[in-house]
Amino acid sequence: MINGISINYYILLSAILFIIGSIGVMARRNSIIIFMCIELMLNAVNLLLVAFSTLHNDAKGQVFVFFIMAVAAAEVAVGLAILSMIYRNVKSIDTHLLSNLKN
Amino acid sequence: MLGYTITQWLFGILSFLAIMFGLMVVFSRNPVNSVLYLVLTFFCIAGHYLLMNAQFLAIVHIVVYAGAIMVLFLFIIMLMNLNEDSEPQKTWITKIIAAVAGGMMLFVLVGSLKGSEQLGLSTYGSSQIGLVKNLGLVLFKDFLFPFEIASILLLAALVGVILLGRKEPVMDKKL
Repeated sequence: MINGISINYYILLSAILFIIGSIGVMARRNSIIIFMCIELMLNAVNLLLVAFSTLHNDAKGQVFVFFIMAVAAAEVAVGLAILSMIYRNVKSIDTHLLSNLKN
Repeated sequence: MLGYTITQWLFGILSFLAIMFGLMVVFSRNPVNSVLYLVLTFFCIAGHYLLMNAQFLAIVHIVVYAGAIMVLFLFIIMLMNLNEDSEPQKTWITKIIAAVAGGMMLFVLVGSLKGSEQLGLSTYGSSQIGLVKNLGLVLFKDFLFPFEIASILLLAALVGVILLGRKEPVMDKKL
């Protein structure tokens, strides 16, 4: 490696960001924070896709990232609408209180 | 500078900042602070995209994530009036288990890297595929059909959100 950066460092960075996101999903109870951690995990994957796309000099990886962004936008819009409906009915977004399906 | 090139310095600084801000997203108590730290994380990731000469994606990333999605999050948090006092906390044992599980997952992921070949990004910074022109050619030649499907997906999400966000759900009226 003379000028560039080894792809392994990008894999490492993406893995760390992904793990941070998954720890957030496991450790927090606020639904909005869980949503944000899912966004963080999506971005870790996006970063790795762009890195490999640059490595192979192939534009398809970057087009995939573009589609992932579109899907993430749709997902966030629907998810936040569901969360606001839940808040309207339950007056809370604590995941421990959302156990209606259990009974 | 210490045997590292300017690209490597930028990579290190941006990575450090992204990981620090990512940790702050998880560990800050106030949801508003979490959102702001996540925006900073996204800016660091956009910097990484610029470093790889993926200029179009960097701009789209900032516009879509920092400009649209995080503002949506902030709006929802503002409307629900969430703050530090109303923040539910998990028990310590759950947090420790989450950290241990995450650490083991990281161990497996990093362990699988051991012994792998050190492939460098040879076309680093001089690659032209991330520019709008080249990406647009690929997008509208090879990926035209998925592109149209994505627009239908966004339309479906729009309709779904409007249906979900109505004052009284449709089902109550009929029943």
